[in-house]
Amino acid sequence: MNVLVCVKRVPATAGQITLTADAQDIDTRYLGFTISPHEECAVEEAVRMIEAHGGSTTVLTLGPEAATDQLRDAMALGIERAILLQSDGREWDPVATASAIVEAIEAEGAAGRSYDLVLFGNESADSAGYQVGVRVADALDLPCATGIKAIELSDGRATVRRQTESGWESAELALPAVVTVKEGLNLPRYPSLPGRLKAKKKEVERITPQWRDGGLEKVRLKLPVQAEHTVEILGKNGDAGAQLVEVFQRLRLL
Amino acid sequence: MVLAFIEHVAGAPTMLSLEVLTMANRLAGEMGTQLEAIAIGPNAAAATGILSSYGVSTLHVADDGRLADYAPAAWAHAIAELVREVDPDVVIGTASDRGGEVMAHVATRMKLPMAANCTEIAPGDPFTVIRQRWGGSLLEEAHLKGTIKLLTLAPHALTAAASPSRTEVTTHAFSPALDDKDFRVRLQPQVEVDTGKISLAQARVVVGGGRGVGSAEGFAALEELAGLLGGAVGCSRAVTSLGWRPHSDQVGQTGTRIAPDLYIACGISGAIQHMVGCRAAKHILAINTDAGAPIVAQADYAVIGDVQKVLAAVNAEVRRVKAGEPSRSPA
Amino acid sequence: MRVTSLPDRARVVVIGAGIVGNSMAYHLAQQGWKEIVLIDKGRLPNPGGSTGHASNFIFLTDHSKEMTLFTLDSVRQYKELGVFTQSGGVEVARTAERMDELKRRMASSKAWGIDAELVSPAEVKGLVPYINEKIILGGFSTPGIGTVDSLRGGTLMREQAEASGALTVMASTEVIGIVVENGRVSRVRTDKGEIETETVVITSGIWSPRLARMAGASIPLSPAVHQMISVGPVPLFADTVGEIKYPIIRDMDTNGYERQHGGDLEVGSYDHRPILWEPDDIPSIGQSKLSPTELPFTKEDFDESLEHALELIPDILGDPSVGIRHAINGLLSLTPDGLPLLGETPEVKGLWSVAAIWIKEAPGIARCVAEWMTSGVPEIDPSGSDIARFYDHQKTGAHIRARTAEGFNKTYGIVHPREQWESNRRVRVSPFYEREKALDAVFFETAGWERPNWYASNKLLLEEYGERVMPRRYEWDARWWSPIINAEHLAMRDRVGMVDLSAFAVFDIAGSCALDYMQKMCVVQMNVPVGRVIYTSLLNTAGGIKADLTVMRLGPNHFRVVTGGADGMRDRKWFTDHLPDDGAVQLTDLTSSWATIGVWGPRARDLLQSITGADVSNEGFAFGTCRFIDIGPVRALASRISYVGELGWEIYVPFEQGARLWDAISEAGQPHRIAPVGIGVYGTTGRLEKCYRAYGNELEQEFNLVETGLARPQVKPQDFIGKEAYLKQRSEPPAVTLCTLTIDDNTSRSGFKRFMMGREPVLSPQGKRLVDRHGRGSYVTSAGSGPSVGKTILMSFLPPEQAKAGTKLAVEYFGEQYPATVAVVGPTPLFDPQNARVRS
Repeated sequence: MNVLVCVKRVPATAGQITLTADAQDIDTRYLGFTISPHEECAVEEAVRMIEAHGGSTTVLTLGPEAATDQLRDAMALGIERAILLQSDGREWDPVATASAIVEAIEAEGAAGRSYDLVLFGNESADSAGYQVGVRVADALDLPCATGIKAIELSDGRATVRRQTESGWESAELALPAVVTVKEGLNLPRYPSLPGRLKAKKKEVERITPQWRDGGLEKVRLKLPVQAEHTVEILGKNGDAGAQLVEVFQRLRLL
Repeated sequence: MVLAFIEHVAGAPTMLSLEVLTMANRLAGEMGTQLEAIAIGPNAAAATGILSSYGVSTLHVADDGRLADYAPAAWAHAIAELVREVDPDVVIGTASDRGGEVMAHVATRMKLPMAANCTEIAPGDPFTVIRQRWGGSLLEEAHLKGTIKLLTLAPHALTAAASPSRTEVTTHAFSPALDDKDFRVRLQPQVEVDTGKISLAQARVVVGGGRGVGSAEGFAALEELAGLLGGAVGCSRAVTSLGWRPHSDQVGQTGTRIAPDLYIACGISGAIQHMVGCRAAKHILAINTDAGAPIVAQADYAVIGDVQKVLAAVNAEVRRVKAGEPSRSPA
Repeated sequence: MRVTSLPDRARVVVIGAGIVGNSMAYHLAQQGWKEIVLIDKGRLPNPGGSTGHASNFIFLTDHSKEMTLFTLDSVRQYKELGVFTQSGGVEVARTAERMDELKRRMASSKAWGIDAELVSPAEVKGLVPYINEKIILGGFSTPGIGTVDSLRGGTLMREQAEASGALTVMASTEVIGIVVENGRVSRVRTDKGEIETETVVITSGIWSPRLARMAGASIPLSPAVHQMISVGPVPLFADTVGEIKYPIIRDMDTNGYERQHGGDLEVGSYDHRPILWEPDDIPSIGQSKLSPTELPFTKEDFDESLEHALELIPDILGDPSVGIRHAINGLLSLTPDGLPLLGETPEVKGLWSVAAIWIKEAPGIARCVAEWMTSGVPEIDPSGSDIARFYDHQKTGAHIRARTAEGFNKTYGIVHPREQWESNRRVRVSPFYEREKALDAVFFETAGWERPNWYASNKLLLEEYGERVMPRRYEWDARWWSPIINAEHLAMRDRVGMVDLSAFAVFDIAGSCALDYMQKMCVVQMNVPVGRVIYTSLLNTAGGIKADLTVMRLGPNHFRVVTGGADGMRDRKWFTDHLPDDGAVQLTDLTSSWATIGVWGPRARDLLQSITGADVSNEGFAFGTCRFIDIGPVRALASRISYVGELGWEIYVPFEQGARLWDAISEAGQPHRIAPVGIGVYGTTGRLEKCYRAYGNELEQEFNLVETGLARPQVKPQDFIGKEAYLKQRSEPPAVTLCTLTIDDNTSRSGFKRFMMGREPVLSPQGKRLVDRHGRGSYVTSAGSGPSVGKTILMSFLPPEQAKAGTKLAVEYFGEQYPATVAVVGPTPLFDPQNARVRS
């Protein structure tokens, strides 16, 4: 069982987002970086799969040199290998991102490293294109399931489940396949000290893909306008019971 | 031509699809072109009645029994085939799980870019969209290229509005040349035992708890209030990470988006990722020790104080009222 | 939206509701202050400052008495609040040098009365079962160590003050300006309106410099990163009830600590590179992921610390199921000299700083400052932390950055008592500097001045004096020291020496009411003939010693005050604070205008007479007088006093003529074989042989004139600050008396002669602490060689039973006790007890 997890370095945003002066990016002076919450679950799932079924795990990202931090974070959790598709810091749109990943996976295949399962997050926390996994699957002619919150493996097949408004739906995929996952799939572990120290010493393989125009071009970022808002203070501690009941009644909840 | 991909239940378009139709109709008007729609699945043709109020001239219905189940690649195959046939200027779908997934498949099959979660669309050259990032906490102005513009509309970017004039909707059934390969992934609904629990996404009242609840046990008071009001209990991501509640209770960007009449946020500070999840709530009541917490500023009502103290008093009061006793008049 | 409305006026506004601000509000209320307003821009109970992420543990022992007293008082207060959990704590040593340091910490514990012991690796293992005892040589264990819930403690104090009706709390309120009128605070501007007030207390931690700047004052600190991670869940801790069960470990040699926190183990470090922040660059609450003082963790800086921690705690940290659950770059406050910043700012009246304070000392410091604000007389002497101690150059960003960066890695360091700073040197140099450099002076820094501590060019004197220089063969004792100091001492006593004294702070006090003013300030009679030099103390209202200095009466209403460089700015503030409002007395700081050379020794008169036409005979120029004399083309102010017990003068010249004076003295000194003499002699050997007291060593607010032996036979009739208390002190038997001791045998068990440096505990011959009736333990206030008496000389305050000449005592130094004898009780000198030399 060989699993590839694709992740993205994103800022760990705070209570409010501040933009850079040119409105091209989030001001990250005070922010750390992480990977999207969905992807944390993808990494955890990959590690668990290998713990249960044996095999190998690889983490891949497209991003600047600093994204090696996130690759090492994943390795600290138990991923064995890391590939950085090194970008020049520019934002790559979904088409460009997917094709760089596809080329990397094909190059892996040519080098004799094929993957039974390629995991993505359902969407990245920042640009949220909702399509990279699907594009990669299509280009590699692999079956693809998105938004998955449970994966079971048996006999070269994966049974996946996703949540709907009214319950769950499930599908069976023959491997190899692409699965994009959502938070809730598992509760990711924290890195151990030995894991962290081991990851620090590991090699990160680097590929420099060619940037391309994928057809979705960021012009600028802007913050949504917050509507003026007033709040009615109903009381303090235990003295607000009756006022609250009145609100419940007004909203016809009682 | 603008083509809207609509989702429906037995011919009744979903709320998000009505929003898509509203936007698509407006867009078609701006572009001086007509609006057509495509629907897939059983009884799709029954949608014509409603579509006539949204300026749709033609409803395309994919005619293949195998499409009754949701198979994303097959649905996308059908749409792509139609797109090649009718050559629209814009294809717009919902940003629901299915809408987004199918549109992504359409985009990759057509080798076209796609913009997800748009809130505004300005046709022209360049074709400009405003789309959501960070679950809507940040907006991106982008140029969408490609001969055909593919996009999905963010939920609740506008209010669905039927137009007063009605159109004549022609139904056009077509039979896409589906491949077996298109059915490699087919999603089957799972029959769930009805637990009687009100789902978070649909509850009229959600009582959400954050770190300020204090402990996993502290949620008992929230459960009680939710029970009294016929609502569901939710929580913040911090609470899920602490292991106090399951992820299925999580409200937020990576959890459930809720849209209740009243969201009671207890001991939740109001990080942007959380607010994204409760933005659709009609009213927010914040219970927090700190009058300066971001959630208080965004709430309609607030009680300043310790969650457990506030809830103890409220629960007692609600019990009293439900038992038919007179409410204690406000002090 | 507002819950509480901002009051229009307040008696005092406290800015910042961390542990310090809450403690301040509480103690001010306790001491009777009303209309207190506590403001924070953040939310309560954790407004986002350093308190919110503090590791909250308290180690008791510090080599500094002041800091230890603050800590002990704080622990007492935390216990009263019920927020202290005693866990014990162990500082472990991985190296032999550290084991020595732990012995030194044992001595400090004894001096300040803290129960502690040195323990073997096996004993450490017994206390902390998860430690790898194989890599340590031993530990310093203190059972009284523990942790506090500082947020809860602060909340309780705030709520008590609120409940008393004295305090209004304004959270989520940002101060945007502090208005100063006529040099006094008048209003605080906030985003919610203005408050009229005469007193503002800045308890804003890392933001303090910004707030001070709003008022035109300086709080010289730098926010700096302290990295900390929390790992868990630790299986061993699963059954811990409450916060902590196992002792806290400080891994001193790697600058790290490991502390249980419930089911987790916190690992913190002061080992990484110094990461300083500018107060203006700190993110707002909204911009921060966690809080403004919990910045994103920079992993690479912590990797080495991880490895060290893993070596020491392999059982827990090597367990793959134990994860790093939380990691931050926490911001804390560092100051240029490592001490807090307390007191009214010298720039603005009514603006108080209570900043650069750690959890362990906060409530104690708050009580002290509240007392200071209320009565002017705090129980614990905060002089070392007095914000008025800084000169302007020490408040510059360049200095703050340089010294805080240098100091950061000394947090757990083995800091030698004489250790010198390396960064930002050569800021203040006397006109003699180039000449001193040419003589291979070894410069030590005082108040930014470069002062020769000894001159390597004097090494020839070593042959002359042989073993009389009391050589030190133990490296620690010889560090930052040279036998040349003692050789210079002997050369001065035998012939004559010249000492650069330009670091003196010099103030002129003049004006129509100058005499009255000086009478009020000083203990000693100031109405002396013009031309007299007076040595006097200044007291606080409780009779504690506030300053110790000399005054030259240059005119009927013209006095020149000369005080030590290290004390200059504090003393200046004390004088300035008491100047009359009507301008009838003015203070002018002449420190940068006058350079000074001391010329002392039996040949001093011959030397001076050879270069001046003035009569410098004993009759012509009596001891304790001063006057202007011409030395060649230089008109100098000569003052016949001595801090080394020799005939001679302090000679003051305009700064730019200093080099000319140096050359004149140096040249005229050649026939007398003059030696340039460093501060090692002036400040230590010469002084100690004469039993002269030094401010900050023997003299401090905690002791009075009777105890220090500085009470004169008569008390002047005029009123002066502290007189009432002083009279009362004179009427009672002193609780202690300052005595001079000599070491009987300073040979250690390993055969080395050892030399104390000060702050060691003075014990009974059986090794028991000596404690006076106020609970104060005896310790060495000053220590040094007395080359002319051939002994190691110590000073110490001793209770009456021990304050008798000939009493046998013991001094603990590096784990061994050395026999000592009380040589002199009171101020009588060991060397030349009749003071024949100075008066010759």
